[in-house]
Amino acid sequence: MNALLTETQLEEFRTRAAEMPHPRELVIDLLRAIQNNCGWVPDEGVELAGEILGLSPVQVEEVATFYDKIFRQPVGRRVIHVCDSICCWSRGGEQVYGYLQEKLGIVPGGTTADGIFTLLPTCCLGACGEAPAMMIGLTTYGDLTKERINEILAQERQAALSPLPRGEG
Amino acid sequence: MTDTPQVLFKNRRPGETAFLAEYQRSGGYEGLRKAVKMTPAEVRETVKESGLRGRGGAGFPTGLKWTFFPADQLGEKYLVCNGDEMEPGTYKDRELLLADPHQLIEGMLVAAYALQTPVAYVFIRYAYERCAQNLERAIAEARQAGFLGRDILGSGFACEIFVHRSAGRYICGEETALLNALEGLRANPRSKPPFPAVRGLFGKPTTVNNVETLANVQHIIAHGADWFRGLARTESGAGTKLYGLSGHLNQTPCLEAPIGITLRELIQEHGGGVWQGRKMKACLPGGASTPFMTAGQLDVPMDFDTIEKAGSRFGTGGVTVFDETTCMVEATLNLNNFFARESCGWCTPCRDGLPFVSWLLRQIETGKATMDDLQTLRDQLRNITGTSFCALAQGAVGPIESLLRLFGDEVEDHIKRGRCPLKS
Repeated sequence: MNALLTETQLEEFRTRAAEMPHPRELVIDLLRAIQNNCGWVPDEGVELAGEILGLSPVQVEEVATFYDKIFRQPVGRRVIHVCDSICCWSRGGEQVYGYLQEKLGIVPGGTTADGIFTLLPTCCLGACGEAPAMMIGLTTYGDLTKERINEILAQERQAALSPLPRGEG
Repeated sequence: MTDTPQVLFKNRRPGETAFLAEYQRSGGYEGLRKAVKMTPAEVRETVKESGLRGRGGAGFPTGLKWTFFPADQLGEKYLVCNGDEMEPGTYKDRELLLADPHQLIEGMLVAAYALQTPVAYVFIRYAYERCAQNLERAIAEARQAGFLGRDILGSGFACEIFVHRSAGRYICGEETALLNALEGLRANPRSKPPFPAVRGLFGKPTTVNNVETLANVQHIIAHGADWFRGLARTESGAGTKLYGLSGHLNQTPCLEAPIGITLRELIQEHGGGVWQGRKMKACLPGGASTPFMTAGQLDVPMDFDTIEKAGSRFGTGGVTVFDETTCMVEATLNLNNFFARESCGWCTPCRDGLPFVSWLLRQIETGKATMDDLQTLRDQLRNITGTSFCALAQGAVGPIESLLRLFGDEVEDHIKRGRCPLKS
């Protein structure tokens, strides 16, 4: 596993927490930074966030478990969030979700054997004019067709395997 | 359709973002320059006279909301912009922030001056990372230009704006849940009263306004309350509105048009009509929590009072259209599944009631329901209405109530035939 936070990040968060009147407001930033480094937030990440912000682990945990975009268990290098809300539903969202399951050989919540992709549903992504849509990491893809999904997955797979730093997700 | 005055979308170009130079070329920051020469009370009064109503869904008059805020009281107080936009069918704030982030920054600065809040936050949902980045760049540019920070334009007024990135959950758009989220607490709603204007962020007076609402403020100051009222086509309405089209239409753009434009114009002219040569069966006029409207109501002007008279709500201006082949039970089930999953779990009517409603709708859709189940569904709606802790469950009830009111025969047909009549 990668370090929870880099030395620079750690110093920056400690400095900011010390300067702020309400350091607790940094909790989501901290959890997202840890997740960006590790792919998910392990117990040690919850403890570290608590230590930096002067909170008990359970005070961090009750926030971490509230949000569907904070992962408290390991996920693939790229998390695919497929919109299953009304506008995407009206334009073939269920078919997109079905196709992704078939193509990746996983069920919702599952991760591909190579550890690249995890598939999850999400509520509306605000891409209603480009339905059906999905989000991979922090990138939203709209106007999905089977062909377009194939291209996007190939690109994302390649990016996930490249040694360059990856985007959050 | 191009003669509509473009106020918020005037700098919008496909695939581009307008930053400071372009924003200023079209009169950007003139509103702020004018505002800081007025007294804060004069700014608040102008916004009140303009008739601006909240664009986030509830439609509360913005100027009136601001009168509850102790603007003249010294000390810690906050302005918060709600950019959690997560109601299905709503994507106008995203389009605005992708196109022209200074619209919001200037609006927030004018609002912050009016309310005398030295600190303001923009709460941005997880999926809007590019919007968050655009805002950070706009904030940096505004600081460089002297519009933000200490002694703004020599007025002595100081304001900082911070961007808070969230991590999911629709409930964060509920203003008191949003305040808890900002503070780093679990984002359950708070009990009201006390209202945020009295005890808000960190226990201090706070005003929460939607992205589009705030983006209108500087234009009102620059051009006046009468000009703003004149933009609307209805007598009681004021301003333009960002409408986001979606669903079974040939085109699904987000566009700026007057308050008071009819559903017919939106659907026919801007949406290119219903797709595949079909007829319209229903639409959600303003997001997933607004009751359905039918093809017979196309001439209703899009404004708060007129849509309410027609049995629905103007909501966020996100119009989702359904064609004649749509099963309204299935569409409603999809909507309710959203609300059930996004319930924060705090109160029983929402946490337990909504999943039960989903179960009942699924029974109906799959042909397993009896007439007793339909009665149970009605009972559940009664149990949830007015009993939940916040407005989330109330929003969920809207589409279901309208399903039973407008499509009662279709619902009963499912039960009588023991299957969905719209599927072969």
